[in-house]
Amino acid sequence: MVTTRASTKYMTEEQAMLFNAFDPLSGKRLQVMDEKGDIVDAKWMPDLPDSKVVEAYKVMLYARIADTKSVSYQRQGRLYTLPSNMGQEAAAVGSAMALEKIDWMVPAYRELGAWLVKGATMLHYFLYFGGSEEGSRYPEGTRLLPVSVPISSQLCHAAGIAHAAKYRGDREVVITYFGDGGSSQGDFHEASNWAAVYELPVIFFCNNNGYAISLRRDKQTKSKTIAQKAIAYGMPGIQVDGNDFFAVYRATHEAAKNARDGNGPSLIEAVTYRRGSHTTSDDPTRYRSADEEKAWEAKDPMIRLRKYLEKKKLWDEDREKKHIEEATSDIDRQFKQFEATAAPTVEDIFKYQFDEMPDSLKKQMVELRNFINRKEG
Amino acid sequence: MAVMNMVQAINSALDVKLADDPSVIVFGEDAGLEGGVFRVTEGLQQKYGEKRVFDTPLAESIIVGSGVGMAINGLRPVCEIQFDGFMYPAFNQIISHAARMRLRSRGTYSVPMVIRAPYGGGIRALEHHSESMEALYAHIPGLKVVIPATPYDAKGLLISAIEDNDPVIFFEPKKIYRAIKQEVPEGEYRIKIGKAAILQEGDQLTVVAYGAMIRTVQQALQKAKKDGLSVELIDLRTIYPMDADTIINSVKKTGRLLVAHEAPRSFGPAAEIIALVNEEAFLHLEAPPARVTGMDTVVPLPKGEDLYFPDADRVYDAIKRTIDF
Repeated sequence: MVTTRASTKYMTEEQAMLFNAFDPLSGKRLQVMDEKGDIVDAKWMPDLPDSKVVEAYKVMLYARIADTKSVSYQRQGRLYTLPSNMGQEAAAVGSAMALEKIDWMVPAYRELGAWLVKGATMLHYFLYFGGSEEGSRYPEGTRLLPVSVPISSQLCHAAGIAHAAKYRGDREVVITYFGDGGSSQGDFHEASNWAAVYELPVIFFCNNNGYAISLRRDKQTKSKTIAQKAIAYGMPGIQVDGNDFFAVYRATHEAAKNARDGNGPSLIEAVTYRRGSHTTSDDPTRYRSADEEKAWEAKDPMIRLRKYLEKKKLWDEDREKKHIEEATSDIDRQFKQFEATAAPTVEDIFKYQFDEMPDSLKKQMVELRNFINRKEG
Repeated sequence: MAVMNMVQAINSALDVKLADDPSVIVFGEDAGLEGGVFRVTEGLQQKYGEKRVFDTPLAESIIVGSGVGMAINGLRPVCEIQFDGFMYPAFNQIISHAARMRLRSRGTYSVPMVIRAPYGGGIRALEHHSESMEALYAHIPGLKVVIPATPYDAKGLLISAIEDNDPVIFFEPKKIYRAIKQEVPEGEYRIKIGKAAILQEGDQLTVVAYGAMIRTVQQALQKAKKDGLSVELIDLRTIYPMDADTIINSVKKTGRLLVAHEAPRSFGPAAEIIALVNEEAFLHLEAPPARVTGMDTVVPLPKGEDLYFPDADRVYDAIKRTIDF
């Protein structure tokens, strides 16, 4: 008999089944599709039309190409420091696709695929990592927050956004991302506790990619899993294979449904691997072996989803080539647009600090503008 | 009109805004059921329900951090930090997010939030309950910092703070929470943030102060009046944005400046005010600008605190020395 935890008692039987079957203390991890692209646990296969799975693969491939190109643009001095998302595309795209348009996304900084699904474009990405706040000016109603750099601080905002949604009785759900390192932060604890106490519609999505810069996951926390930390807060938790698009999608889908039904938050730990460096300023060879990198290369999320699609005759080499061409040209077009964007003006750096600019700030703005005018004669 | 102390006036401001705007919510540690440790929110949960006025877990970072999220999603949160000395765990949320979200998102998201906290010294309290750290917040781009000196101002300023579209740190001088009673309208009125008040006109010296220090300065001014000294007293009311015009115009008239605050001296508000006057009214000065402040030490525990905080005698001494220079 499966024990039902207090944290799953409000769920429907169907929802509780998944979280109970993969109870964080059972040592089990949800995997639907293995590294060869075979469905190994059909019971938890999400109910998705083939077209949606193809679409997911296309976004993941697009994100992979964009990521690779961005790192190379950084090396050429055309973008500033940026965090590669390579290897984590299934976790990003799978979780984001399980949400509805009305839902909110509160990111950390390494979820490119998720942002693209939510409505950001590569132009936003290039602007942001090319050094302009304009990259965080998403279209009205996108419900995507800007990148949050201080680790896990954004989890509190997710709780607050969900609090406002619940206060109004709206159906929206909030997903927020953090990493294995982020699970050590006080804000992870405070936000988890708050969301559970007020039963808020939040999905805490942990990208456990093995490292917090150089610190290995096993030195980050003595807990066997990050998912099991959910138990202490009285919310359901689950560990999933983060490189398996279907497992990520299914767990997020159940968590979102549960949150939307008014049953509160949950914690998903997606076990994945950051194949790139922490940021372009980092050198992973200082803290991990080539053998380890190679082992994870074989578990890459792109490879297995492509194999799955090819076995189902939904994808082939021609389509792969065609999509790479289309994605490349789309990304190139947006990079050109980024490089043609005008630099910020003096007004731009002042006018968004406050709704109404205080006199002292106006004075500083005029002083700076006058100086620049004098200098430029 | 009712006679209110500052606690009652702040409660009345919250009452007015809760009644007026369903997006206003009030929360903090013990702020719901029991109405806060100083009873500032007393009766509000009973009147508006647990959804709008509620107790929170004992965790300052999420109190402010969830407020940032609530504000992004359309609410106007008014959160209470139990004492200003307990705001530091929320510092990251205040500085890294509340103060930056509008600029970071190019105006897509904003944080119309008020963070209220009992503030300042003089109540013989335990450690961490007596500091005046307004300069920390005034130094952060994106924050407004308001410190009322009277019940009337407290209510009008808090209503403005709640209606402000940017985050406001609202420090309530706990020493004068119940010390001053005044006629305060029961309904809605506003005092503009960023506008100082001239409490007394004079032509020999300008004294700038705020919060509980206003009362101390007024005691010193009674003695000064007996000595025939003519002093202008400005209540700053808002630390940031500062009402530079009122200060500069006054100093141009009097030729002398004294700033009084409880906060430690170095890099404190007085330093900023004196720099401003040096920039804008240098040629009008007839004496070096002076300051009476707390010390660059930790606030002593109650047995020693009277030595630390400026009292009327210290203020009077500085007034006399500046005018006699």
